[in-house]
Amino acid sequence: MNLDPSVRDAVLSAVPSLRAFAISLCGNVDRADDLVQETLLRALANIHSFQPGTNMSAWLFTILRNLFRSEYRKRRREVEDADGSYADSLKTQPEQSSRVEFSEFRAALAKLPPDQREALVLVGASGFSYEEAADICGCAVGTIKSRVNRARSRLADLLAIESVEDFGPDHTTRAVMVDTT
Amino acid sequence: MQNTQWGPVHDASLGRDVQSKIGEQLRAMYDDVVSQGVPDRFSELLKRLDRQGGGDH
Repeated sequence: MNLDPSVRDAVLSAVPSLRAFAISLCGNVDRADDLVQETLLRALANIHSFQPGTNMSAWLFTILRNLFRSEYRKRRREVEDADGSYADSLKTQPEQSSRVEFSEFRAALAKLPPDQREALVLVGASGFSYEEAADICGCAVGTIKSRVNRARSRLADLLAIESVEDFGPDHTTRAVMVDTT
Repeated sequence: MQNTQWGPVHDASLGRDVQSKIGEQLRAMYDDVVSQGVPDRFSELLKRLDRQGGGDH
């Protein structure tokens, strides 16, 4: 294909954000990059179906999301414990994409159902409107809103529990014991 | 400690705290990846596809 330079630039400039979305979906950098690569191949093979003037980024996100979904469904049949394998993948590559400070947050994010996770990331981090996110996920705007709300409150629960532990009696007791010896 | 009055107030503010922290951490985590830019793998892929395709026509 002869790529229009402006199309190629638009695709390239969406890559960093596509990677961030892919990593938050599947939690594993290598898998995420493969997913991005597959997305680019799929997109360029179907570039004629992209309507110039529309949002290239949203179009690419839609392709990536659909590829992830079909792969996820396949994987879930193969591996029952999807969250467990996600947690393991975090341990094996702590520095590559997620610095240590994000590991707790990523682990909590991984515990969300995929529906909620993708909605939260699209709206809360990728900067898409509820309407755009609904288009990308192929569902109603109201569905996206309720998924985002459920994702936020579930994450709040998960992270609040962890911060209570951080400041819980164990730490206080330990500090007191250190002080008195 | 008699904190029946403070309890709910404290919980509500913790909730807001956690909510804004979620937003911040989500964006920070995301932007950390975005700031890595375009890995060579992808710019080379696009170059290769463009060149290949050009040869076909």
